[in-house]
Amino acid sequence: MIFKPLFEDFKIIGYYLGKVIIGLGFTFIIPIFVAVFFFETNPLIDFLIALEVSLIFGFGLTRLCRTDKDLNWMQGMIVVSLSWLAVTLLGAIPLNLSGHFKSYLDACFEAMSGFATTGLTLAQNLDHMSYAHNLWRHLTMFIGGQGIVIIALSVFVKGIAGAFKMYVGEARDERVLPNVINTARFIWLVSIVYLILGTLALGIVGMLNGMKTVNAFFHGMCVFMAAFDTGGFAPQSQNILYYHSLPFEVVTMVIMILGAINFKLHYHLWMGNRKEIYKNIETVTLFITLMITFFIVAIGLSRLGVYSQALNLFRKGFYHLVSGHTGTGFSTIYAKQFINEWGNLALVGIICAMALGGGVCSTTGGIKMLRIGIIFKALAQDIKRIMLPERAIVMQRFHHIKEIFLEDKSVRSAFMITMAYLVLYSLGSIIGMWCGYPFLDSLFESTSAAANVGLSCGITDTAMPNILKVTYILQMWAGRLEFMSVFALIGFFVAAVKGK
Amino acid sequence: MKNACKKLLLSAIFLVALFSGSCIIAELSFAQNVTSVELINNAKFYDGKRIAYKGEVVGDVMLRGNFAWVNLNDGVNAVGIWVKKELVKDIVYTGSYKFRGDILEVEGVFHRSCIEHGGDFDIHAEIFQKVASGSKLVETQDVNKRNLVFILLGALCLILILNQLKMR
Repeated sequence: MIFKPLFEDFKIIGYYLGKVIIGLGFTFIIPIFVAVFFFETNPLIDFLIALEVSLIFGFGLTRLCRTDKDLNWMQGMIVVSLSWLAVTLLGAIPLNLSGHFKSYLDACFEAMSGFATTGLTLAQNLDHMSYAHNLWRHLTMFIGGQGIVIIALSVFVKGIAGAFKMYVGEARDERVLPNVINTARFIWLVSIVYLILGTLALGIVGMLNGMKTVNAFFHGMCVFMAAFDTGGFAPQSQNILYYHSLPFEVVTMVIMILGAINFKLHYHLWMGNRKEIYKNIETVTLFITLMITFFIVAIGLSRLGVYSQALNLFRKGFYHLVSGHTGTGFSTIYAKQFINEWGNLALVGIICAMALGGGVCSTTGGIKMLRIGIIFKALAQDIKRIMLPERAIVMQRFHHIKEIFLEDKSVRSAFMITMAYLVLYSLGSIIGMWCGYPFLDSLFESTSAAANVGLSCGITDTAMPNILKVTYILQMWAGRLEFMSVFALIGFFVAAVKGK
Repeated sequence: MKNACKKLLLSAIFLVALFSGSCIIAELSFAQNVTSVELINNAKFYDGKRIAYKGEVVGDVMLRGNFAWVNLNDGVNAVGIWVKKELVKDIVYTGSYKFRGDILEVEGVFHRSCIEHGGDFDIHAEIFQKVASGSKLVETQDVNKRNLVFILLGALCLILILNQLKMR
């Protein structure tokens, strides 16, 4: 029997949702400062409207649903899934007002793509976008990458138990520190330290590349946010090709890899435990899958003679592979070149890399390295069982911060999430084909959206059917939250309608 | 007879030279005008050919030694142009939020994956001319949006006051 949700459930959900919306509202202050700094009047008005609407909704909800109760698991999950939809709708307001989007749906697509750190874009005339709006596009990635709820956890949420439920709901099932609020603060500390270092590095490279100082550091900050949060937006329409610079590509590649690493691993590296990087199942799996997928891409590109020199093949092939595998989506070629020039084999290599993703508790999307590692360990265990005498007890271990024995529970969980991702990739591909796009193009774009990558083969365009835009928005949302919160929300609605 | 043959041979050589010369001149002076979409969709066809491309200068003009990178946007995509440093001196405005960039027409060799530049998609320009000057863009304020800011501010203050009253 399904129980109908109580009025109290709605109140608690509304109250915490309001807190998250207030948190989002305050983040609009950053682009407001930027608009003031660069004397951009219209963008200033756009962000003031967005700030006011968010605070009205946020304070209104907390006022209407005031409660002292802490969240339970179901409520925590629903707050998270609704928060992501709410911030998308509100974060799209300044984008839509900017005039760079053909419809509010396109602005919502851009906002979800930013928050979910995907990087697919529908922005028009990006080369004439204001500093404030451009910063907001990248800031959505920084906020979404660290976790929208993590902002609220760090500042507004007092109850630790409820905070943990929201933290888990946002696809972060690992605590770096024993206290989840301290974990959230640590994640912000790491991100801000890297933000300063990354902006400096990219800014200096930009200046050496001949950019004006202000632009070099502005681009540096934006590109850092997109790279570390494995997002993929860039301030100019040509993405990373705009810079025509090998050093810029090298620095962004390092930042992308840092972004794809588990925050827990970052913590251990910060604490001086450098051996962990060679032993951890995630980094080992990442290295192996990078090599395998690069081998596929390299064969594909060399067979077609896309790049006449091996060095150029490596530069283009490896950059896009790292960009896809880490879920970033930076590109130094035009979207159509993937289909027109790269050929099927290289595309399959990139699709596989995109589908796999980076580390758990990082800013990447996709299946993730820990799950792939666990599945392969389970496979190895089963093969050993077949090979050894029946009475032999086969125990499989893996190293993830500490030595862990492989349990059926973790294997089942890894398989379930992997299956859910594969279904999500397939569903988007089927809808893409239904809209008239070829199979490989549809699979490429669907995987890119669902794994929160952002590489495009040209389907993502303002002219694509609205149903496909909505499909990709939902894929980005479900892929970023890793399904549980989304399933909880669906269950909640079913219970509200059918429950007794 | 011998002289006639000699004259005929010389005339033939002259005609061949004239034809080849005019072909080269035609190739140099009548580079095909192409758009970014045509270049991207038919990159293999245009690879290594001399083309003409027109667009607005966007972003920074990035000086690299004796050369510079200029990105030209034709309204759909921007393409990187590799050009000698002295040719970019005429550029005054570059496209951004506050400026419409100069419109330039370039002629040069298109590279689908440039060997010199790590496989980039670019044009190495030899002729580079400004066809229209850019300008400063004037921001026009939307009165409705400005009024909305004040209406929403009133609503927000009301909610905050109600919140305070409830807390007391």
